[in-house]
Amino acid sequence: MATKTSTRKSAEAKKTVLVTGAAGSLAKRVIAKLHGRYNVIAVDFRRKVETDAGIPSYLVELHKRGFEDIFAEHRIDAVIHIGRIFAHEKTRQQRYNANVLGCKKLLELCRKYKVGQVIIHSTYFVYGASAYNPALIDEDAPLKASEVTQDLVDSVELESLANIYLWKHPELNITILRPCNVLGPGVRNSMSILLSRSLVPVLLGFSPLMQFLHVDDMSEAMVLAFEQNKPGIYNVAPDDYVPYQEAVNQCGCRKLPVLSVPPSLPKLVATMLNWNAFFPPYLINYFKYPVILDGQRFRDTFGWKPRRNLNDIFTYYRKQKLVATG
Amino acid sequence: MVAAFPEPDFCTNLMHSGGSRLEAIFGSARGIDSIPMLSLGSLDLKQRIATRLVTPEIEALVASIPKPLGSFGYDPWGYNEDTFKVALGAARLLYDHYFRVTAHGLENIPSEGRVLIVGNHSGQLPMDGALVGVAAATNPFGPRLARAMIERFFPTVPWLGNFLNALGGVIGDPVNCSKMLDMDEAIIVFPEGVRGSGKLYKKRYQLQRFGNGFMHLAMNHRAPIVPVGIVGCEETMPALANLSPIAKLLGLPYLPIVPSLLPLPARVYLNFGKPMHFSPAASEAEVTERVEDVKAELRTLIQAGLAERTSIY
Repeated sequence: MATKTSTRKSAEAKKTVLVTGAAGSLAKRVIAKLHGRYNVIAVDFRRKVETDAGIPSYLVELHKRGFEDIFAEHRIDAVIHIGRIFAHEKTRQQRYNANVLGCKKLLELCRKYKVGQVIIHSTYFVYGASAYNPALIDEDAPLKASEVTQDLVDSVELESLANIYLWKHPELNITILRPCNVLGPGVRNSMSILLSRSLVPVLLGFSPLMQFLHVDDMSEAMVLAFEQNKPGIYNVAPDDYVPYQEAVNQCGCRKLPVLSVPPSLPKLVATMLNWNAFFPPYLINYFKYPVILDGQRFRDTFGWKPRRNLNDIFTYYRKQKLVATG
Repeated sequence: MVAAFPEPDFCTNLMHSGGSRLEAIFGSARGIDSIPMLSLGSLDLKQRIATRLVTPEIEALVASIPKPLGSFGYDPWGYNEDTFKVALGAARLLYDHYFRVTAHGLENIPSEGRVLIVGNHSGQLPMDGALVGVAAATNPFGPRLARAMIERFFPTVPWLGNFLNALGGVIGDPVNCSKMLDMDEAIIVFPEGVRGSGKLYKKRYQLQRFGNGFMHLAMNHRAPIVPVGIVGCEETMPALANLSPIAKLLGLPYLPIVPSLLPLPARVYLNFGKPMHFSPAASEAEVTERVEDVKAELRTLIQAGLAERTSIY
């Protein structure tokens, strides 16, 4: 009897964390790390996620009314907002609704139900890829992605929105994380889909430096950001760099050279050949000019260091191809 | 087709000797199945050239440069040691045998720690930057990788942008300079910019207007300034006129009329002065005064070089 009570008590004492985008590879890892120590609630807009016992799972779109029921039903202490629609998944309008309006709804609900902490998963794309970028961009740099393309407006707006809430509502304890390219098993972002392919487009004469992070390291970073609760904006990136074309080689891909001059040509090729999922026309500039993040603030503040190096990351993609070819 | 590719052990040898970097520099045709034989032949040639250029002396010099790099041999700005070695080998030949450089005061370049090397700019093409870079990298008092600030349009030029980055070149953005000084790097600065490099021959050895940015960097980051008076580069490409309307159309900073498209073999004299230290200034007027101090020092060093020179070519 006594043990039962104490179990219940400890269950009550545990914080409740809502994780969005639960069907994705990163969120799955975050949930696995939190499970046991916290009450976890999994939410996704794509499908109802199969979860371990004790993890309630919901299929809901953030900008729809049903989302509020989850907040009403559970006393949520923290939200880890990972779920976002990638540009290749829906139209620009749908993406805006889900990513920007969805995030606004989420933050409003967090205020209404007095959620004490929000972690927001952003992206390094917000800085924009430009020939004039300095290297080691820090968090205070302007977000110039919408200058590059309209297709990234939702990413930048999501950030601006989160930023407004970060300063206006300090009680939400918002932490915004801007990771570099996240790769690894199960990751379905465009870079991961690209490096999983055997034939990969490269722009002739351009091999921008890039940073890569293993999805396990990113999930650790997110859990640390949640547990240590130090609100603010942080780049999440290792201090290791590799040119894109070298990464392509290391992942065992063959290169498909694409003429890079005039600048509109590769965009046209990507559009015509429908490379939306892995080499989308609006990301062409990211394969041309480097966007190198200074991740020192996050590393110092949270005492975090990636545990997998570039070779560990690339090995997965190399092996994947060996298995595929038998 | 596959059989025509280099054998795996050949590839491994290439990797060890920096051949893969070469492939990155000159581009590779491996992705195109139709011309593997060509690729094999040219790679072989490139490797032979690289072996000739990267002498044991160059290897030893580059190995002794204090420079932290990532697991693939790159720093955050794209500098790559293997590419740098080959280019240094080639530039060293030009330095010794074509421009026959005489350098004084190399002991003034600190062997470690942050420093701004500030020089007078001339010669249309940035040969002066390259020669100062070679002088720093082969400095018997402690080799340094001295990073050149490159024009902002270079990263948009295919191959060239990546190549210049691999040699240590970085676009002249104040954020880049700040971060590099924080990381104790050596930076070459020409505060005249294109005003200096693009000036006509009749204005040779006259310092043009200096920006104040370098002085702010030096003060804010407590970095010493090592002035270098460069004599000879003016004569490598004497410009008689500047076709500025055409240059503007082409998006170039200037388009000179020159007697030769290749730099002429003028003898070059580099005079490095004593490090100058500056504490934070109270006003911009004071900053400008300090810039004048540096200019005065540069004029002295240039005069020393001109006095020393007995023959232009």
